[in-house]
Amino acid sequence: MPNVTACHKLMQAFAGIACWSIVSVGFAEETAKPKFPNADENPKVAEAKTADDMKPYSQTIPGTTISFDMVPISGGTFLMGSPPDEKGREEDEGPQVKVQVSPFWMGRCEVTWNEYEIWNLDLDVLRREKLKLPSTDRDKIADAVTRPTKPYTDMTFNSGHDGFPATGMTPLAAQMYCKWLSAKTGHYYRLPTEAEWEFAARGGTTTAYSFGDDPAKLGDYSWYVDNAGLEREVNYHKVGLKKPNPFGLHDMHGNVAEYCLDEYDADWYQKLSVIAKENNGVAINPLNIPRTEEVRVVRGGSWTQWYDGGPEHHRSAARYESMPEDWKIQDPQIPQSVWYYTDGTHVGFRIVRPLTPPTAEERKKLKLDPVVPEHARFLQRSTN
Amino acid sequence: MTEKTNRREFLSKSTAAAVGAGVVSQIVLPRGAYAANGDETIRIGLVGCGGRGTGAASQALSTKGDVQLVAVADAFGDQMNNTLNRLSKQHKDRVNVDEDHKFVGFDAYKQLIDLDEIDLVILATPPGFRPVHFEYAIEKGKHVFFEKPVAVDAKGVRKVLKAVEESKKKNLKVGVGLQRHHQPSYLETVKALQDGAIGDILALRVYWNSGGVWEPRRSRDQVKTEMEYQMRNWYYYNWLCGDHITEQHIHNLDVGCWVKGAYPIRAYGMGGREVRDAARYGNIFDHFAVEYEFADGTRMYSQCRHIRNCWNSVSEHAQGTKGTSNIGRSYTTQDGNTWTYKKKQRREDPYQIEHDDLFAAIRNDTSYNEGEYGAHSTMTSILGRMAVYSGKPVDWDKALNEGADAYPWAEENLTWDTTPPNVPNKNGEYDIPVPGVTDVFEA
Repeated sequence: MPNVTACHKLMQAFAGIACWSIVSVGFAEETAKPKFPNADENPKVAEAKTADDMKPYSQTIPGTTISFDMVPISGGTFLMGSPPDEKGREEDEGPQVKVQVSPFWMGRCEVTWNEYEIWNLDLDVLRREKLKLPSTDRDKIADAVTRPTKPYTDMTFNSGHDGFPATGMTPLAAQMYCKWLSAKTGHYYRLPTEAEWEFAARGGTTTAYSFGDDPAKLGDYSWYVDNAGLEREVNYHKVGLKKPNPFGLHDMHGNVAEYCLDEYDADWYQKLSVIAKENNGVAINPLNIPRTEEVRVVRGGSWTQWYDGGPEHHRSAARYESMPEDWKIQDPQIPQSVWYYTDGTHVGFRIVRPLTPPTAEERKKLKLDPVVPEHARFLQRSTN
Repeated sequence: MTEKTNRREFLSKSTAAAVGAGVVSQIVLPRGAYAANGDETIRIGLVGCGGRGTGAASQALSTKGDVQLVAVADAFGDQMNNTLNRLSKQHKDRVNVDEDHKFVGFDAYKQLIDLDEIDLVILATPPGFRPVHFEYAIEKGKHVFFEKPVAVDAKGVRKVLKAVEESKKKNLKVGVGLQRHHQPSYLETVKALQDGAIGDILALRVYWNSGGVWEPRRSRDQVKTEMEYQMRNWYYYNWLCGDHITEQHIHNLDVGCWVKGAYPIRAYGMGGREVRDAARYGNIFDHFAVEYEFADGTRMYSQCRHIRNCWNSVSEHAQGTKGTSNIGRSYTTQDGNTWTYKKKQRREDPYQIEHDDLFAAIRNDTSYNEGEYGAHSTMTSILGRMAVYSGKPVDWDKALNEGADAYPWAEENLTWDTTPPNVPNKNGEYDIPVPGVTDVFEA
């Protein structure tokens, strides 16, 4: 049985919040942005001991004016993968497996350039330097997290910055951002596991999409190859313009594809079935622990005609493998950057925050912490 | 300097076609027509083992036919083996560099170019050295792929132009790393514009506004001498880099001139060092805004910026009598006709195509020389920089013939103990150009 408590909870959370209304789903009109209580002003709203305590909240990144929204997802049990008769289904989406995921918060939208570049371009450090502001204790911890080399070009490719999803980062960069954000906010953030991602994308549904089986409706929920427009090189759009799914998440279908923690494995569900069988028929919080630096699951489909822009790639169960070789093709340097994909303009990410953060031991065992490859370390900035 | 470049003559010759568009031709192998050794192997040497040099070598080794990397040279030896290991991994049978073909130091380029068996050299050191390296390679009869910019000052441009003339006489093929000339999206748009898609070009806008490049790689306590300090952190020193208008923004200026089919006669500009002002950032600016004037009175408006969290764009735009174009992407006419470039295949890599084209020309012995526009596009960027540093209008002819920018370039006999042209004061700060004070014609 799909779990729908998260959906109900969300509705309760919005009771009394007057501005959660879908204005329209026209091409250019924006969905009204919900106003979540700000965790910066009232830290309690982001605290919870049980799934029932979890509330949606907005978090301002300390020392900046940029904020992001987190939506509570109670967790539960669901059938991961697609049934054999689902239209557009690929082999790697089966067999379906019963999976249980623990409660977590998830980003209402994909991470935007505005958020990402604070870390990517040291904007917090720059601001403190230029305005002669003191560093907080948390700043000091966050400053110790590795920052990437600067991109040699404009990574938006002239296609929109403010409010647009950050793209073209390697999985390492996405994970390092999460590590930094955790240090900066005091809450543990990371990429979603593939199981968490699909659970969230389905929003309690068992259909091909979170709005049913009819791809004709996709345009109300997703930017995909047919509605993304062709006027720019990068046809991503501002986050949160399309209708949300039942959990209140925007752009799970489409806009930019999103990284998961898992290494991609076409046969993963076969293995997962065995794991479930040995555990009373349920796989609990599965993760295919990465053994490679860059081969990851990317989910949700995107705007591009070259990889995963078609409606079939936007189904909740559709899986896609990252293609580092392809996505770095125009990086003119060797060694190629460990932080940037010059041609990964359709790939971004969203963050999750598990209700129960992992222990140091779990982080190690599951390889949750990003590691800069040895060969790239000499390129990290000097501190003179 | 007396060798004058006759700009008017150049402009009249400079039809659209002359500003070099890459042509991919069928590869037919005229046996031994190109190789020093009378076989079909093209042997290459790499001068400058940084990230770009290594990348260029990899692309050269990925071209059709037998190509061998047989020698490498770098001022520093520390990255050389990494470079060779990476290239060997990617191109198993194409990297054959003996111990005595690894050259280290300021004159390493010479030892490499002196090798008889080398057919082509890749020049990818910091640009300050480029004119000297290029001149020597041509003198020794080598084909050349050299990275942009091809010089950092007018004196260097003059040297390159002279060597280009020499290379033509010797039938040497010269490729320059302005890869937009080999990028299908640019080739298609530029052709459409030259065919009149948006009418006559009235104005151009070109940008490289970004967050900057790599941070200084070494601190003072990690190096032995000032020379080593500047070489390690070369981007931040004008005599090595030419400032970012020359080192990066050249790409966009080059596209503007390509579309215009001409080079400017004059530049006016302003700029400075507003945010990236710490001593470790040497003596380069962090923003330039330049207006270029063409002989017909039209203008090219240029901006380049290395300041984080500002409006960023790396692009070129044309305004015509009948419409507008985002060059390399699309154009729109006033009667509502829109054309957008559509990729033909998933992977389009102009950095590879520029080598495919150069090597095909070597193998087929077809005419192939990008040196002249490489030099003139470099000069365009230098002209803008001179206008900004001085705060005054600067004429192309005067700049090209008399401009010295007060940088002695990387001439011979440098050592790690040589004093660079700019040295820091006791706070580690360098002299920064001051508009209204700096004289860009003072030798």
